[in-house]
Amino acid sequence: MISYILRRLAATVPVLFTVAVMVFLMLRLTPGDPAAIIAGDNATTQQILDIRTKLGLEEPILQQFFIWLGSILRGDLGESFFFRKTVFELISERIEPTLSLAFLTIVLAVVIAIPLGVLAAYRQGTWIDRVVMGFSVIGFSVPVFVIGYLLIYIFAIKLGWFPVQGYQRISGGVFPWFRSLVLPAFTLSVIYIALIARMTRTSVLEVLSEDYIRTARAKGQTEVKVLFQHALKNAAVPIVTVVGIGVALLIGGVVVTESVYSIPGLGRLTVDAVLARDFPVIQAIILAFSFVYVLINLIVDLSYTIFDPRIRY
Amino acid sequence: MTGPILEIRNLTVQLPKGADRKFAVENVSLTVNPGEIVCVVGESGSGKSVSSHAVMGLLPKGQLTVAGGEILLEGENVLKASANRLRDLRGTRMSMIFQEPMTALNPVVTCGEQIDEVLRIHTDLPATERKEKVIAVMESVRLPDPIKMYDAYPHQLSGGQRQRIMIAQALVLDPALLIADEPTTALDVTTQAQILKLVAEMQERRGTGVLFITHDFGVVAEIAHRVVVMQKGHVVETGTATEVLTNPQHPYTKMLINAVPTLTPPQREDRTGEVALETVKLCKVYGGGGFFQKKREVRAAADVEIRVRRGETLGIVGESGSGKSTVARCIARLIEPTSGGIVVGNMDIAKLPERQLRPHRKHCQIVFQDPYRSLNPRRSVGASIIEGPMNFGMSEADAVAKARDLMKLVGLSPDALDRYPHQFSGGQRQRICIARALAMEPEILIADEAVSALDVSVQAQVLDLLDDVRKKFDLAVLFITHDLRVAAQICDRIAVMQNGVVVEHGRTAEVFANPQHAYTRSLFEAAPGRNFQFARVA
Amino acid sequence: MTAPASSSPVAETAVPLPAKPTVWRKLLRSPNVVVGVAIVLVMVCIGLIAPLIATSDPTAINPGARNRVPMATSTMRMDDGTRATVTHYMGTDTLGRDVFSRVVYGARVSIFIGISVAILSVSIGLVIGMAAGYFRWLDSIIMRIMDGLMAIPAILLAIAVVSLSRAGLASVIIAIVVPEVPRVVRLVRSVVLSVREEPYVEAAVTAGTPTLKLIIRHILPNTVAPLIVQGTFICASAILVEAILSFLGIGIPPDVPTWGNIMAEGRQLFRIFPHNILYPGIFLALTVLAVNMLGDGLRDTLDPKMEKRG
Repeated sequence: MISYILRRLAATVPVLFTVAVMVFLMLRLTPGDPAAIIAGDNATTQQILDIRTKLGLEEPILQQFFIWLGSILRGDLGESFFFRKTVFELISERIEPTLSLAFLTIVLAVVIAIPLGVLAAYRQGTWIDRVVMGFSVIGFSVPVFVIGYLLIYIFAIKLGWFPVQGYQRISGGVFPWFRSLVLPAFTLSVIYIALIARMTRTSVLEVLSEDYIRTARAKGQTEVKVLFQHALKNAAVPIVTVVGIGVALLIGGVVVTESVYSIPGLGRLTVDAVLARDFPVIQAIILAFSFVYVLINLIVDLSYTIFDPRIRY
Repeated sequence: MTGPILEIRNLTVQLPKGADRKFAVENVSLTVNPGEIVCVVGESGSGKSVSSHAVMGLLPKGQLTVAGGEILLEGENVLKASANRLRDLRGTRMSMIFQEPMTALNPVVTCGEQIDEVLRIHTDLPATERKEKVIAVMESVRLPDPIKMYDAYPHQLSGGQRQRIMIAQALVLDPALLIADEPTTALDVTTQAQILKLVAEMQERRGTGVLFITHDFGVVAEIAHRVVVMQKGHVVETGTATEVLTNPQHPYTKMLINAVPTLTPPQREDRTGEVALETVKLCKVYGGGGFFQKKREVRAAADVEIRVRRGETLGIVGESGSGKSTVARCIARLIEPTSGGIVVGNMDIAKLPERQLRPHRKHCQIVFQDPYRSLNPRRSVGASIIEGPMNFGMSEADAVAKARDLMKLVGLSPDALDRYPHQFSGGQRQRICIARALAMEPEILIADEAVSALDVSVQAQVLDLLDDVRKKFDLAVLFITHDLRVAAQICDRIAVMQNGVVVEHGRTAEVFANPQHAYTRSLFEAAPGRNFQFARVA
Repeated sequence: MTAPASSSPVAETAVPLPAKPTVWRKLLRSPNVVVGVAIVLVMVCIGLIAPLIATSDPTAINPGARNRVPMATSTMRMDDGTRATVTHYMGTDTLGRDVFSRVVYGARVSIFIGISVAILSVSIGLVIGMAAGYFRWLDSIIMRIMDGLMAIPAILLAIAVVSLSRAGLASVIIAIVVPEVPRVVRLVRSVVLSVREEPYVEAAVTAGTPTLKLIIRHILPNTVAPLIVQGTFICASAILVEAILSFLGIGIPPDVPTWGNIMAEGRQLFRIFPHNILYPGIFLALTVLAVNMLGDGLRDTLDPKMEKRG
């Protein structure tokens, strides 16, 4: 098992390396002096010169890459000229709200989506199925920020149940923290629910047409147990996979949701950094999110062994 | 119990609208008595599976509906039973085993638990007693080391072992009726023999009535007490096994039995044509693994040496995994051999790059197993046939003229050239594939299980066609098959393969009369119905 | 339930095929396709005749008519210098621009971006995917790059691409195409890999068919149906992503009337004037919904197995 995990971990290295290469090239392929871009519009000549030496811009490009990669691996993500802080500090300040939001959203989505998907599959072709699937298409189609403003308008402005915007740190109490996140988490989970419910339905339906379902019925097994003991367990791998892949959607959604609800997290930071053309921050955020995404999908891969004994370590 | 266990009276099952006929089965009646094995035999589309699924109440909802008749299980009409009553009966009074033991078992549940599930549904036994009972039934179906196998998952077992688990699961509560739907079709011949023996033994010991669905008259001869012959949804003949097999009355039954190839090959004279194909120490190793995977190597073919003369048919016989198809695919250069030589004419083509293979492509053609996937569904069959000759510079007009001639030769209308594959039956498609191969004027024709997917009556016709074209074009034919009867009928010489190695090689008549290798002998002993002389009726 | 295994009683009876209904007829019978196409056509028409139905110039700033509620009227100076009374069906924004006119013109941008992103991603992905699927030595290089691209969440990648170039239509299109390409590549590659195992392709190999002909004749046609379906979904998601980028203020320049820009504009005064987000939001959601429904309908008729491939 451990050697398997190590091997899988090793297999993520080329992917992360490719991401790093792309993030690196992003800046070099842009017309203009990378040092000037990194230093920002208001930088002094001295600042630009310092950055030049630090990045080794006089060296050949391959060497520049390894200098850059080396500093990243040492945890030196550079300095934000806009926020006047190191990028590392900036990210550690902003990570709590984003993690909280993402965690609540995933829990909410899984709890709602999987039962809906199973129900739709079991009642395939009935109105229940059509309602669930209809909801899912709508969930894919309505932009996150429209849902966000709609919820704010109804539940915060008209009904006053939740704060309109803003974030309460968890250190200030769990209840205010939770209350500040209910609407954002609902907003963000819509598309995720749509995705998971759909995949659950598809894979349960597929499993229901398998021969061993017929065998279970031939044994005299009840429909409910056929569904939950035989079908859902076999459908687990694609469902877990889509939960993992959906994290990409989630990260995209975080950027928008945090802007709508004025939550000072990484998503909001991304937008601010892009608007300020604060490249060290943009690069670091892309690297960080990609790393998390790859890591989550690695965990998903490893979890297959729990659901399917055919997948071996 | 004196009355019959199962009585099907005038069963009629409706097909959905738009099917080729109105009823899947019409007015079917049959009886299974206690302690009796009744074989329902028929070709694909005969309705034999539909009848058996109707008994269990497992017809796919909304597609097949029972339109009339009754099915009496120990006197109780199951068609009138409530869903709950039907569930009570399944597993206790009637149970079923299926064709594919791999897909019929839940892959994520251990074998023991799957047998245990029947007990949990239908009994209130405590866990320890249930476990004892499961182990006991696993022992009775001759599974090795039942205690260990209880915790094994289906994928860790062989095909035969999985089918034993299925049988154990079906018999654990001693049902009165066991329905076996082609339970040995997906198995190798030696495994098939063991499973047939087991079914017969269990039936005898427990007095179960067995409804056994099969398409194979060899299996019928091996196991049946009584036989029901079905054709296109109707029962055309019933009788005891001996009656039906030795003295068939209905023309359809006669035709089916006549089509069963004999296991006694005719004496054939040696072919003396020039050697068209020779392999020298041909090896193919699969796998090797990537950078992050463990290395796993499979020697699919090891030092295979065969030789085929023009006008001769060499059979390569073996079970699944024996490497017979690998050899065929190497010779057709669909894959590159790992080492060794393939001499065609005076050239070793084993290692030639694709560019230099073109002359070989013309010389060597292949006919595949699955007639439904061998023709591009988006192109007319004419376009498929003329593709090869036009690749080698023939004008379209000439190629079409040639295709028309070939269609006549393989027994199809030349006007059908602009039709699409889905408009033909399996046998007709296989004829088209032969025409496509012949269009290249090859010297070597490889038939890779080319008749295995066909019904027995169609199989006989395609075999005749293959033999005809061999004579007519003086072809060297390499005939890959798992079926000894087919090999006996068409091959001049055979090579028996096991685990990638040719274990025996010789004239067909001699190998059949006096097999030398132990594996060859076990193959012959396993051939179903080998002791049975089928009626040869005009 | 369809009949999967040869052992199933349905497959057994289904030897000669009845006349197949044509693809077009099947599509017309799918409510998803019919409704989807209808809504899309309406949106395309609105975009095409935008100059005719817009009540005023969508970029004209009118300081005297700021933040009007829907159905309010105001007087505007027309091009010829005369003054006219205009009804603002959807109100005006903080700069006094007519929201209805902006929404109508916004349809043009959204549909143009949706279609061009779909066509570009599918064509680029098709070529790369074919190469990856057919040539072993290219496969691992291409797929490593694609894995890397896919590891960056789509919207982040798009944001990164726009952040590098100055905002504009072309850079937005490129930004949305880049993350879509690897998904198309994967799809095409998986189709190629499964089709090249088919016996009819092997038969064509033994018939000496040259590689390029083999790909065009026997493999390419199999990618058409899944790509049409995938292209439709890409179109829907491109319209959404463009709106998101504009909404965040990093897409198309704010004076251009796009649905995302109108909503971005409406953010500040959202509590008092929600219509600035509501109306463009409805148009946007309806369009994306229609395209998604069309995609679902196309998938169900053209390529029922696709959802499995994911």
